[in-house]
Amino acid sequence: MAYQPDRSQYPQRRVDGRLDIDLASGKYLKLWHGPQHPGITGNMSVELTLCGDEIVDAKTHVGYLHRGFEKLMERRTFIQCFPIVCRVCVPEPDFNEYCYAAAVEELAGIECPERARWIRTLILEMGRINSYLMYLGGQSGAFGMGVIGQWTTYIRDLMLDRFEELTGARIYHMFILPGGVRDGLPEGFEQRMEETLRELESTMKDVRDVLFHNAVFKKRSVGVGVIDPAWLEPYGVTGPNARAAGVAKDVRIDQPYLVYPELSYEAIVGKDSDIYTRADVRYRDLLQSVDLIRQILARMPHEGPVMAKLPNVLHWKIPQGETYIRGECSRGEYGYYVVTDGSGYPRRINVRGPSYTHAVALLEHMIINQNISDVAGLMVSLHTYPPEVER
Amino acid sequence: MRDIYERLLKTFSLGELIEQRPDLAFITVPQAQLQDVLIRLRDREGFTHLVLLTAVDWIEDNQFQLTYLLSNREAAVDLGLRVMIPRDEPVMSSIHIIWPTAATYQRELKEMFGIDFLDSPGIDEPFILEGWSDIPPYRRDFDTKKYAEETYSNRPWRETLDPQEHMKKQLYPDGT
Repeated sequence: MAYQPDRSQYPQRRVDGRLDIDLASGKYLKLWHGPQHPGITGNMSVELTLCGDEIVDAKTHVGYLHRGFEKLMERRTFIQCFPIVCRVCVPEPDFNEYCYAAAVEELAGIECPERARWIRTLILEMGRINSYLMYLGGQSGAFGMGVIGQWTTYIRDLMLDRFEELTGARIYHMFILPGGVRDGLPEGFEQRMEETLRELESTMKDVRDVLFHNAVFKKRSVGVGVIDPAWLEPYGVTGPNARAAGVAKDVRIDQPYLVYPELSYEAIVGKDSDIYTRADVRYRDLLQSVDLIRQILARMPHEGPVMAKLPNVLHWKIPQGETYIRGECSRGEYGYYVVTDGSGYPRRINVRGPSYTHAVALLEHMIINQNISDVAGLMVSLHTYPPEVER
Repeated sequence: MRDIYERLLKTFSLGELIEQRPDLAFITVPQAQLQDVLIRLRDREGFTHLVLLTAVDWIEDNQFQLTYLLSNREAAVDLGLRVMIPRDEPVMSSIHIIWPTAATYQRELKEMFGIDFLDSPGIDEPFILEGWSDIPPYRRDFDTKKYAEETYSNRPWRETLDPQEHMKKQLYPDGT
């Protein structure tokens, strides 16, 4: 039986959306969960209304991190936007670069060379691994298991070494540009990548033993924070959160892009849709990305151009139009809606981050009736990321 | 995509169909018919996923463009509905009844563009900005540079010290 929040025992909402409660009665308590809390994602905070230790109401406050990115981009030329787009999402910045570059390519009529498409796919999968590693550390940290965060940070550091080798930067790479990528793979990259992947797989076995077979983690995550499959469409739930509810939503398969149609894999789904299942789906997703990287490295072409011929980007004007480019990032559907007006500057860029729906509407809905002690684990299990909300 | 458009045309007075890609098209919808079109698309055409809701400021035409992007996962197609509303009286009906998650988008649009969505839950609560008194910041006539210059003062440059001289002074203040 799927979990359904029951508001019947609680006070009703007033017309303005606020709860009709009297805090002075002593029956209810307002409590701010975050922003300085180890179990919160980024700088968000949740304003909780409690009755005993049970949550009656919650409001997400997204915080004060990066503001006005979309507006800033309207004041920059298309190529100058790259240092901004990659900063929308720290764990996998390349995803923003790909979506934005692909949108610009489509509007400007630029064809990306085949070799660059393989390299882009490789980078996106490496970014997904990085993001999942951060998630696994955070999820276990929310339940007090700090050691797993140390292991995953070590592996992420090795992945960042590969990124540095490939792009020259560790976090913000700006490697994917309209027309292709900046360069091909360095010599010996495949071998060093394979060594890193082996190290990752070995550590993941430890993570499986220590986290997923852990009695404390199981007791605190199984059956907690269930997302009903019926909520997926109304609340715009995508990615691993939807797949853990048994719905095989994966943009890479539903609307394939880059070279994903040429790779062999299947959407990973779970059944129980609780915190444990979401962690398990992400764990399996991570190992699937390892497999995809191996497939890409084995089959990618090593000859040919990596960048199409572009007009002078300093005087670049893109014809009027609008488009939306989406892709599957580690948290779900990510997309860029780009509108151009024929000038050298974008008219409007809107970033559709999966956290936007997961961290606000969905969290506020699913947190009702939960216990205060489960909030941290529950919030991390949605794998939200504040800069996607307050771009 | 064209067949969906033809079916909608039988009931609604729509603008031209703009096919951006085989799997992405945009249609302009009259403001008053938006809710009916959305419900029809969701319930009969399989567009069950609201991808995003955002606005574009066409200041030269004195209009806001609202874009409701819908997705049909089974058919792998996206449809963007564009609604043009007057810029000097930006009021729109809310669609939170159709997709509860739309309330968040509408809250942000109220704050960033000043577009009011009638009866949308929590529409007047600050989403990101608190205590904002200027015009909504995502409008084209809001000048970010001017605002920054007026609101924030420049920090004085830091004094740069020569490490060798600095340590010498620290260790031997009397100059020996």
